[in-house]
Amino acid sequence: MDINYVRGILVIVCLLCFGGLCYLAFHKNAKAGFDKAAQLPLADDDLPASPADRKE
Amino acid sequence: MQSQATYDYGVVRKFAVMTVVWGIVGMLVGVIVAAQLIWPELNLLEFLGYGRLRPLHTNAVIFAFGGCALFATSFYSVQRTCHTRLFAPGLANFVFWGWQLIILCAAVTLPLGLTTGKEYAELEWWIDILIAVVWVAYAIVFFGTIVIRKVPHIYVANWFFGAFIIAVAILHIVNSAEVPVSFFKSYSAYAGVQDAMVQWWYGHNAVGFFLTAGFLGIMYYFVPKQADRPIFSYRLSVVHFWALIFTYMWAGPHHLHYTALPDWAQSLGMLFSLILLAPSWGGMINGIMTLSGAWHKLRTDPILKFLVTSLSFYGMSTFEGPMMSIKSVNSLSHYTEWTVGHVHSGALGWVAMISIGAVYFMLPRLYGKKEMYSTKLINTHFWVATVGIVLYIASMWIAGVMQGLMERAINPDGTLTYAAYIDIVVAKVPYLYVRLLGGALFLVGMLIMFYNMVKTISGAKAYDAPVVAPAPAHA
Repeated sequence: MDINYVRGILVIVCLLCFGGLCYLAFHKNAKAGFDKAAQLPLADDDLPASPADRKE
Repeated sequence: MQSQATYDYGVVRKFAVMTVVWGIVGMLVGVIVAAQLIWPELNLLEFLGYGRLRPLHTNAVIFAFGGCALFATSFYSVQRTCHTRLFAPGLANFVFWGWQLIILCAAVTLPLGLTTGKEYAELEWWIDILIAVVWVAYAIVFFGTIVIRKVPHIYVANWFFGAFIIAVAILHIVNSAEVPVSFFKSYSAYAGVQDAMVQWWYGHNAVGFFLTAGFLGIMYYFVPKQADRPIFSYRLSVVHFWALIFTYMWAGPHHLHYTALPDWAQSLGMLFSLILLAPSWGGMINGIMTLSGAWHKLRTDPILKFLVTSLSFYGMSTFEGPMMSIKSVNSLSHYTEWTVGHVHSGALGWVAMISIGAVYFMLPRLYGKKEMYSTKLINTHFWVATVGIVLYIASMWIAGVMQGLMERAINPDGTLTYAAYIDIVVAKVPYLYVRLLGGALFLVGMLIMFYNMVKTISGAKAYDAPVVAPAPAHA
């Protein structure tokens, strides 16, 4: 047993984590949260109000 | 309902303006070195010779232009998507002035020939320490802002910015480990092929995290904003984020094909570079498909043209990259102008164009206006820049493949057909002219942007938007 076993196991753990993440992402329960999150930048009016628009 | 507090736009304004300024400086140096490759007489002084100016060009465009663009956009979008002011605004100001000081140090030391000799990490040890300090301050401001956010979710753009900040800190500190022998000279802590591997682990991940993850953060905020549509698939953004993070770290060895690096490490680097096509195109597709159903906006909106064209170049260069990492292709392309063309398709097409689009988006908002002084000039900038890029990369492709073929050509008796290397150099000259023209056009575009920026800002007051309370959950 040398350090390379640990390295190999780490790669497999990473792969399993990624698989688990894909499962969570594609699970149908995730969709509502994703749809809400996607609206985050849009539900934010960032244009200045008209008075500030004029040069003073 | 709006609270009295305003967003910290001051630091964003400073970084946005300096993005344009450093863009012009860095690209001007690029045009000069391109001219020096045609007319060697232009190497006038030792301080302004090609060997000194080339690292100045790369540092200026990547870390001064690209860096300022990333600071400006990340500080802007993290505040807007977290519905809160910056955490520790004073520290954010320190990041601005510290970064400008680092750029000035680079602009002085590199022409003086003070360099560690590591590509994209040329700066000497005391500047490296300064970079690390400023970077930690940046991380504190950015992650602190995320901690004090007023919405439960952390928007995907912030994930990309966060990954960029953490990865660049690790890369910079590990690769810059060096032993100073005097104030102006240090030696790498690593030796031989390990030094090369650490350097290109850094070098490729500088591409992957500084020039990709960071700018994908820009994409995930500014493309949906400008298109006024949510991102095509939030699910895809989550999956391709983690795929990109897992994969990029392994691709560095493709910079060391057919060197002293062990063969298995080269093949591993090639394999992961090929896998990288999938997460890269995940991001590209996600950005471009955000426009589906709203393609007509491209006709009238030049800012959107910049953003979407940048994604097309991102898709092109992340296809080209994996192809060039294949060992047999690399044996032709490596050490030729093809590499230069590939880099600029990513640097001008992707990084610069998305930065330019984002700066055009932010500038009016930072000065209390609804749009830039001239939308027409943005459109002119877009076309001048696009023609410039196409001339640049097409000429470098032709010159590079020709150079690769000439370098490997052998006579029936096994001797080199072009044993006199100058023959290869002379054959490239016509394409070097076209490249110079392309680069100069891109620079002209930046000057148009500068004029448009000055006209937008002059007479306008700095404007700090009020902090917007998050939308109710049912919205």
